[in-house]
Amino acid sequence: MANFIAIVIAGLATGALYALVAVGFTLLWQTSQTINFAQGEFVMLPAFFMLAAMNAGLPFWAAIVIGFVLSTAILGFAFKLLLVDPMLPHGVLPLAIATMALSTFLKELVKTFYSAEASPFPSIAPEGDLHIFGVSIALQNIVVLVVAIAAVAALQFLLSRTRLGRQMQAAAQNPTVARILGVPVERMILYSFLINGALVALASLLISPIYLAKFTNGETLGLAAFIAAIVGGFNQIRGAIAGGLLLGVVDNLSAAYVSTQYRGAIPMVLLIVVILFRPSGLLGRPEERSV
Amino acid sequence: MRKAFTSSSFALAALLTAGAPARADGTINLIDLAELSGSGATVGTNFKNGVDLAAEEINAKGGILGAKIVVTHVDTQSSAGVAKGQAEKALDSAPYALLGPGYSGSVKVVAPLAAEAGLTEIMGGEAADLTRAGNAFLFRTSFGQQSSMPKIAKYIAETLKAKTAAVVYVNNDFGKGGHDAILKEFAARGIKVLVDDSTEAGQADFAADALKVKTANPDVVFIYLNEEESARILKELRKADVKAPLVGETTLIGQKVIELAGDAANGALGHVGLTTDAPVPALKAYRDKFVAKYNYVPDHNGIKGYLAVYMIKAATEKMGKLDPKNLAATLHGLTITADKEPGILMDVTIDGNGDLDRESFLGEVVNGKQVIKEVLPKLKN
Repeated sequence: MANFIAIVIAGLATGALYALVAVGFTLLWQTSQTINFAQGEFVMLPAFFMLAAMNAGLPFWAAIVIGFVLSTAILGFAFKLLLVDPMLPHGVLPLAIATMALSTFLKELVKTFYSAEASPFPSIAPEGDLHIFGVSIALQNIVVLVVAIAAVAALQFLLSRTRLGRQMQAAAQNPTVARILGVPVERMILYSFLINGALVALASLLISPIYLAKFTNGETLGLAAFIAAIVGGFNQIRGAIAGGLLLGVVDNLSAAYVSTQYRGAIPMVLLIVVILFRPSGLLGRPEERSV
Repeated sequence: MRKAFTSSSFALAALLTAGAPARADGTINLIDLAELSGSGATVGTNFKNGVDLAAEEINAKGGILGAKIVVTHVDTQSSAGVAKGQAEKALDSAPYALLGPGYSGSVKVVAPLAAEAGLTEIMGGEAADLTRAGNAFLFRTSFGQQSSMPKIAKYIAETLKAKTAAVVYVNNDFGKGGHDAILKEFAARGIKVLVDDSTEAGQADFAADALKVKTANPDVVFIYLNEEESARILKELRKADVKAPLVGETTLIGQKVIELAGDAANGALGHVGLTTDAPVPALKAYRDKFVAKYNYVPDHNGIKGYLAVYMIKAATEKMGKLDPKNLAATLHGLTITADKEPGILMDVTIDGNGDLDRESFLGEVVNGKQVIKEVLPKLKN
């Protein structure tokens, strides 16, 4: 039983990271109909910003700050300005394809200018275990879980309890009416990109000590987060959170108790089941479109 | 960018113009198929750097029988499919010999092509079956699994006195070969396997695998993964507070794994065919030269690449002429001694299958450094 609980907690920690990335997916989709297939690479890149800063002689905390600033500026502001804004008028599909190209570009960029090899990355969590009622839980898992949940809770608070958040929600739900009501829709959309930039930097900070910093890290993460967002409901932030946590736990439990060989297939099975029986996702809202 | 373009152009030109194995202008063209990107980038980069260091040294001393070595590195992207395509292109340019790849799966698709062309291939793969397919042109640079696994199983049974084990392996040709070989050795010694855990190449999350091992509580954990995955599982096993000894092959206690895993690598044990930490002066001298050139400590793949070029040198000098068609036949049964060819680092005998026999080592990671605990003699003296 103790090991079962440890496996579930490890799964929740992994799932919380998927959730952070999946929330970014849903944020961008809701505010600007952007399906960002480079989202995984967005998580991979900030770790290299931080490593480059450390290689330049800066302490870890300063490197984290630089990582967040660059991530928000490049993966938030510049991404919107240079790719999303010019491509979006041509439709969702060309933009999605452009983000696929961006994902390849970012991987090659890191491979060329940093390294094709994995690099160690320091952890913000102390080493060691916490022993509670006979259950041994790694401190790193606890820190990952707590930080990720705190970030998502803060985001939820911002969106549902503040004036700014309500304006963002209004801009996402009905931009035309929001504009009539005086909501600066463009600025709200920009904020969602900046928030996504910060979220991926946080995910990068938390996951890179476990995965090691490598240019291919985004492949696994991007796919897992995309599945999590669809399973939970692509148009609901709470859906993305639920999808991420569920995926992390299911992945760990299936690897531990079913089969490690088929662990990669199980999230896909989950995705198929959800699409078949609840196409809008576990917590998503059905969307109607008229012609 | 311009520099990268120039290098690529030069490599391409070398590949296209390498019309003869040993050209009239006195060059020996070697093509190195290496994992320069993808999951095996650590393997391929080390192998490549070892090859370059050896070629540079030999060329500085006048080359082989007066012919300079020209090496063209080709990226297999750690993919067997890409390796096959690159090998076909490489063979069109009729090189003197092929070097690499490092991944056993890639070797399996490249080796028949090289054999068909009658060309010697000196590779880094370690899967047991590579040299059991009757290929007369394929040679190892390190021990095959059939040589190393009996030594590891003996250590686990007799020194660690383990009765139960967990086996964690990577589900590719390299991993499955090691897995099959160690399970056979465990069965012969009465060691019960409690966990038989297959993982994927490039797998990033090992939390569930580590907790599965912890739940089984084995006497020993045998780990047979590639470099990055080895580092990740070491971290997870330490996080999960697994107390059993962690034992593996060369990879597990390699320099790259130690660098990536940090403190989590401490205490890991491994049978090491090649290591720059061995108490062998020639290996230490090689390490110093490598560090001076590349500014990092090479792992066993760096030594493999270096030895591959010196194996070609020794065999060619024995032939007394540049004869790629007879290179393989000359290598079979050849004993190269370090006193006559210092670049070979340790005395080695190449058997009729292309397998090697030489001394090996048992190592442990202590305070972030690989420490050799025992020197294991050649199987046949």
